[in-house]
Amino acid sequence: MPLVYYLGLSAFMFTIGILAVVLRRNPLVVFMGLELMFNAANLAFVAFAAFHKVLDGEIFVFFVITTAAAEVAIGLALIVAIFRAKHSIDLDQMSQLKG
Amino acid sequence: MHMEVMTVTEPLFRLAPGVVFLPVVGILLNLLLGERWNEKVVGWIASLATVGAFGVAVALAVGLTRHPEGAVVPLLTWIRIGDFQVDWAFRVDTLSVVMMLVVAGVGALIHIYSIGYMHEDVRHQGDPRRFRRFFIFLNLFIAAMMILVSANNFLMLFVGWEGVGLCSYLLIGFWFEKGAGGIGNALAAKKAFVVNRIGDFGLLIALFLIFANFGTLDFEAVFRQAPQLAQVAPGILTAITLFMLLGVTGKSAQIPLYVWLPDAMAGPTPVSALIHAATMVTAGVYLVARSQALYVEVPLAQSTVTWVGGLTALLAATIALGQYDIKRVLAYSTISQLGFMVAAVGMGAAVAGMFHLVTHAFFKALLFLSAGSVILGMERGHEAGHHHQVEIDVQDMRFMGGLRQRMPVTFWVYLIGALALAGVAPLAGFFSKDEILAAASAKFPAVFGLLLFSALLTALYMGRQLALVFFGAPRSEAAEKATESAPIVTVPLIILAVLSVLGGLINFPGSYVLEHWLEHTLHTVEAVPFQISIAASSLAVALVGLGLAWWLYGRRPLPSPRETDPLGRVLDGVYHALERKWWVDEVYHALVVRPYHGLAHALAQVVDLGLIDGIVNGVGHVARQTALWWRQWQNGYVRSYALSIVVGVVLIVAYLLLR
Repeated sequence: MPLVYYLGLSAFMFTIGILAVVLRRNPLVVFMGLELMFNAANLAFVAFAAFHKVLDGEIFVFFVITTAAAEVAIGLALIVAIFRAKHSIDLDQMSQLKG
Repeated sequence: MHMEVMTVTEPLFRLAPGVVFLPVVGILLNLLLGERWNEKVVGWIASLATVGAFGVAVALAVGLTRHPEGAVVPLLTWIRIGDFQVDWAFRVDTLSVVMMLVVAGVGALIHIYSIGYMHEDVRHQGDPRRFRRFFIFLNLFIAAMMILVSANNFLMLFVGWEGVGLCSYLLIGFWFEKGAGGIGNALAAKKAFVVNRIGDFGLLIALFLIFANFGTLDFEAVFRQAPQLAQVAPGILTAITLFMLLGVTGKSAQIPLYVWLPDAMAGPTPVSALIHAATMVTAGVYLVARSQALYVEVPLAQSTVTWVGGLTALLAATIALGQYDIKRVLAYSTISQLGFMVAAVGMGAAVAGMFHLVTHAFFKALLFLSAGSVILGMERGHEAGHHHQVEIDVQDMRFMGGLRQRMPVTFWVYLIGALALAGVAPLAGFFSKDEILAAASAKFPAVFGLLLFSALLTALYMGRQLALVFFGAPRSEAAEKATESAPIVTVPLIILAVLSVLGGLINFPGSYVLEHWLEHTLHTVEAVPFQISIAASSLAVALVGLGLAWWLYGRRPLPSPRETDPLGRVLDGVYHALERKWWVDEVYHALVVRPYHGLAHALAQVVDLGLIDGIVNGVGHVARQTALWWRQWQNGYVRSYALSIVVGVVLIVAYLLLR
């Protein structure tokens, strides 16, 4: 299969991720969007790695997965803390830090 | 450039710093500990500090009889920049010691007098706690004046010059919350300060020019180089001397800057006697006498100084005729007599000028202090009277009269002082004024005429004052019930009266003690021979003036305070001009003060509020408007931030792809 198929899928996933982050008010869905974007990037990495026959892309993906795990852990902890304080997890209600 | 290393030959000269430091000790004692002491202790500490300074001055004079060449007593180096050095050194020579003796001697008597005077004055004014402050200021003045006269260079002299100006300001405004409208005294103090600042500006320019052209400020070095500079650049020397004259007109109250001195009478009477008659105002005369070496090189400056002095003498004498305030008459008289001195030192007769300075210090201090005694007597009479709720001006001579019987001691000493001032032989003023007139007749015949006419007016206004204050019948209840002052007030008066009688002896024709004394210091001492014709004419004008005063005021005393002045009936319109002081204050107000206020207003409104504030506020406004616009972007919605990031990334990637 040509490389462009993988990259097309990667771009499609990334776009869905962006739309989820920008349009949805539920932080859990936003997180899902973020994960989609991460994995779109990962897909591009491994696709390039396989295409060029080098290991760098695969190794990079492991780092990205690790970072994403840590990010989700912190993000979920934040959401729990916010829910305790506000009894809501609607993102638009968290707009007090405005100019 | 360095000060000559002079070995101080005479052990007594080593005492010289004491003239400054003893008053400083007095200040410190009264400042730190005086709070818990009573008035007597505070007053006597200050007086003893001044008496001590007088003792040091006497010791220096004794030393000078053995070593008349004098010495420079170094204390410390003040400024050293490259070749330029200014030392804090005390100059002991015959001229400076004469000034020290006058300042400390008259000053000590006035300190003692003030113990009695201020005791009553602080109670009359209603704030006895200010007694201590008064004596601290007086000692501060003595210290500053001693720095001025003992200076060995122009910069140290300037420190003393400013110091006495500060003390003058502080003491004029001593009752700063009193006076016309509650700010009259403060305004008078401010006026003195501002007018003096104009003069000091001139002196500073002179100092800068001296530094720029001589490279030093030491008296000896400057005077030694003066003849060379006069050869090379006479214009610069003219500028130096004329700018210095501006300083002199400020401090010594000459035309055009004399206007502050009459207002300075707002200060307590001992201040008027000490600072605004006997000592501080003579600083300008001293400066010109000290700088004779500069002035002899510039005939133009000499004649300018002489004419300024002569015209001031005449103008002030005329104004004195039209004043009713007992102290204001004396103030204008002081300006007039300072004019005599300035004219004398201007025409090179420095000894005559210094002689008149000394005798004037005696009799003018005496007159002011006696006037203070009169004012105290009037205040006591006013309090004792039935109508003491009715406010009258106890300094207004129209409310006085007949005080001869009620205050006999004050009357006799006042009479002596007035006759000495009028120039009646053989009192002190006769000899000193005569020397000035003799010198003037030889060098400046026109100024001689001015001075002789001023002498006539002097006798006239003093006779008028004597008649109004002491003769006739009392014209108010205060005058009727006035009582004689306490001995602490009258004893210094008697001592000053004796000095006013005998003061002529210090330069008596024939012996010329002062002249031989000063010739060690002044480079251009010329003996002015005693001329019987001049002496006779000066005595004649004095007697004519006094006779005229008797004819106008003594023959038929002023019957009531509301009556027109007898001289006013004779002179009519002219007399009104005298009463209004020739409208000089009004003219200055219109020509200087008003335009200056206008300029200040324009600068404040247009330049400061318009331009400067406009720039500052404009910068702030732009920043604020920009911020207001930008803050819309920080709306708190995390999704819109994410959108911004996406847009940013898209733009960057698009740029990278399409470039």
